[in-house]
Amino acid sequence: MHNVRAIFRREFASYFATPLAFVFIVIFLLLAGVFAFYLGGFYERGQADLTPFFTYHPWLYLFLIPALSMRLWAEERKSGSIELLMTLPVTAWQAVLGKYLAAWCFAGVALALTFPMWITVNYLGEPDNGAILAAYIGSFLMAGGLLAIGACISATTRNQVIAFIFTVVICFGFLLSGFPLVLNLFKGWAPQAVVDAVASLSFLTHFGSISKGVIDLRDLLYFGTMIAAWLAANVIVLEMKKAD
Amino acid sequence: MIEISHLTKRYGALTAVDDISFNVEAGQVLGFLGPNGAGKSTTMKMITGFLSPTAGSIRVCGHDVEREPIAAKSCMGYLPEGAPSYAEMSVRAFLNFIADVRGLSAQRRRARLDDVIERLGLAGVLEQVIETLSKGFRRRVGLAQALLHDPQVLILDEPTDGLDPNQKHEVRTLINAMSKDKIIVISTHILEEVDAVCNRAIIIASGKILADDTPQALAARAPSGRLDDVFRQITTGAKPAREKEVAHA
Repeated sequence: MHNVRAIFRREFASYFATPLAFVFIVIFLLLAGVFAFYLGGFYERGQADLTPFFTYHPWLYLFLIPALSMRLWAEERKSGSIELLMTLPVTAWQAVLGKYLAAWCFAGVALALTFPMWITVNYLGEPDNGAILAAYIGSFLMAGGLLAIGACISATTRNQVIAFIFTVVICFGFLLSGFPLVLNLFKGWAPQAVVDAVASLSFLTHFGSISKGVIDLRDLLYFGTMIAAWLAANVIVLEMKKAD
Repeated sequence: MIEISHLTKRYGALTAVDDISFNVEAGQVLGFLGPNGAGKSTTMKMITGFLSPTAGSIRVCGHDVEREPIAAKSCMGYLPEGAPSYAEMSVRAFLNFIADVRGLSAQRRRARLDDVIERLGLAGVLEQVIETLSKGFRRRVGLAQALLHDPQVLILDEPTDGLDPNQKHEVRTLINAMSKDKIIVISTHILEEVDAVCNRAIIIASGKILADDTPQALAARAPSGRLDDVFRQITTGAKPAREKEVAHA
């Protein structure tokens, strides 16, 4: 456990050692605000809730989370520090978990810094704060799921740009897997059970139901399984391909 | 003690390390010699558990590197080729991170940190970001990291590469000072280094061990009595000409 903690601390601090943390947080807050106020019509709709704010989170994450995750392993490969890390007495699981949790916590910090939105709606009216809390949890879980995908893909390459692009594409697929764009790829040749299974993998569907204020065990299980599966894949990729 | 038996590493059709076996005992400073691409680094990466062997086994301090990697890695210190580290960290933060992962207790950590900082002359650059250090200092940080937990076994891949003559001398003095009760394996293609620090030398080329002796005995094999001549004779004479061209290309 002390290994996970050590790796977590190093990784988390490394975000703040470069302008990355600052740039990421500022861009995230700016875009979250722009989306909520202009695209979401936060004021115009005249309701004291954060729906216009949360609606755009998946799209915001689609580009910002891969930017966060792309460096996780690709950078270690590029600089050769992966050789140092993997010859220290740590298991692949500890390394994967430490690095992943650091990235997730960092995303959590960025998300938490949107609290002025919450203050604003409470100032303007009387929102359902339970629903808002649920939506925050859903958003955080979704960030975690997308980050797990990104971490795994980052481990397959030493090139951060490649990691970024592939992560965006795969995350896009998972976001939209409940929608015709993706489902039509499967309809016609795959059995209905497969189509249903693909549809049930959609981040948007699960995020949508949590952000309405209902924390269903199935949605929690979905995100938990998603994260665990991608992290397990990350460990496998790492063990198969430590060098290079 | 390091026990290596029938170690082989293949990359597709290329055999980087070809069925080598040897043991290293405490008190030995083993120089691993060979031309570029001979399999030195590959062998070291396998000993330290970074690469998995295609065949054969490695035991370090009685632990099989493949089956008990954590125990084996705990008793080793390793300086990878090029001394990679986390460029954005300060020297102090980096060494603290290594101490954390190595699980050093608070008291031992302080003593060990003081020791490696003094030995490697890092006191003046502790707060500096590793990225901004000169190549020589970066190499020293890499060495400090490898020595931090005072390991039984030290694996150093080209520890003096890129250092100026004074720094080379310092690193050699350091290795000599530690050599008494430890196992130290260094790879190099600088032959004077072997004379200076090693009490045993293995010459490897094309993944095979071509010679294994004390540096003095090796040097005596050439009429001139110089290690350079023996090295050239062994590595070029015993190697197919085709590969030599590749190495020169």
